[in-house]
Amino acid sequence: MINLELPLTKDIIKSLEIFDEVRLNGELYVARDQAHKEMFSLLDNNKDLPFAIKDQAIYYMGPSPAPNNFIIGSCGPTTSARMDAFSPRLLDLGLNVMIGKGPRNKDVINSIIKNKSIYLAAFGGCGALYNSKIKKVETIAFDYLGPEALLKLTVEDFPCIVAIDSRGNSVY
Amino acid sequence: MQDFVNQLKDALIKSSLELDSSVINLIKKAKEREEKELSKNSKASLVVLNSILENLELSKKTKIPMCQDTGMFDVFVDIGRDNKNSLATIEKAIIKSCTLASEEGNFRKSVVSEPVFDRVNTKTNLPPIITYNIIDGDELTVRVLLKGFGSENCCGVKMLNPTAAKEGVVEAVLDIVKTAGGKPCPPICVGIGLGGTMERAAYLSKRALIRDFDKENLDKRYIELEEEILRKINDTKIGSGGFGGVTTALFVNIEQEPTHIAGLPLAVSINCWADRKAQITYRGKIDD
Repeated sequence: MINLELPLTKDIIKSLEIFDEVRLNGELYVARDQAHKEMFSLLDNNKDLPFAIKDQAIYYMGPSPAPNNFIIGSCGPTTSARMDAFSPRLLDLGLNVMIGKGPRNKDVINSIIKNKSIYLAAFGGCGALYNSKIKKVETIAFDYLGPEALLKLTVEDFPCIVAIDSRGNSVY
Repeated sequence: MQDFVNQLKDALIKSSLELDSSVINLIKKAKEREEKELSKNSKASLVVLNSILENLELSKKTKIPMCQDTGMFDVFVDIGRDNKNSLATIEKAIIKSCTLASEEGNFRKSVVSEPVFDRVNTKTNLPPIITYNIIDGDELTVRVLLKGFGSENCCGVKMLNPTAAKEGVVEAVLDIVKTAGGKPCPPICVGIGLGGTMERAAYLSKRALIRDFDKENLDKRYIELEEEILRKINDTKIGSGGFGGVTTALFVNIEQEPTHIAGLPLAVSINCWADRKAQITYRGKIDD
């Protein structure tokens, strides 16, 4: 078990290998399909992204509503492959870590190698488990997208497995 | 109507929080199989299976849905020919149950009103998908899948040649499962529909998914085919979480019906391990 503090440095990323079990601590951003589309629309119009993406982590997730006395609802990962078309450009802009579930395509793997970044797999369907790891939730942008809004989370002991390491090795 | 609505609503909310004990047992058996393996793949798959079991305990305790994708309501209605309720009343009661379950159960609002251009969220998690089926007797049975789309995106239909035989069926199913790979949250549940027309095969594949656990095929050849396909899916070593362990599927069910001399329609519906089903049987009259 490896405990990691976000944001991850390139040295830390380099030291991680596929199948390593990690626990994330600190801040990460949440974006899925429509938030990626909106971010691309900003970039295409030469506008800034809603957050400084360099060295950051994006978690592919869309939560269920928070019940009373909770800050967020169920919040497990969504299928990463749907974000494959978007990821290389964001990695080129300095995104360091992607977190989701399931395999990525060749373009993403090549971009991971080029940018020395990393892909972590969270455990699909485990939304109640991940709920217990979230300490703070902040909406950053695209509020109108409802469950697909761009969020910033503070997480503690957030469990993942290294699925594609910075050398392009993959568990899939 | 309140009695029916409360029963169905409660079953829907419960299904978002708890799995049927038979599915939990299959997950526990998968865990035992993985514990005997020594590979890195199996160790990672074991972490996933342990997390799934921990997640299920947490969702039951905290009432936070086990998965954030509380799905689309995929509703299968069996109406006895002697049942006294009108279709209009049944439909109204089902929609009301889904509406209340979405609100009270804190379901994610995952439905958009139009698929291509606007994709505006309906903000109600409605409409449900409802299919009606007429059966013998006087009972009304409503079965609902909370159908997540990580797995739904991995379903497939293939129109096989009439001479494809068992080998063609096995190959087509494995093709669809391998293409799905680690995407649909394995260990998966697999429903296969054979025969009918293209859309009937798709319907049958969902009926196979929601088949009662104590019901099996009447034709022994199809039981053997289910077992063979389950074995071969597990041989793919996609594994829990896609990490390459020895369990990729929890069960395979097949439903089959008559078809045309020129074809062999095949459909595969995949569900994630979070095989969420609600079911009620109602004998009385649903008053308006």
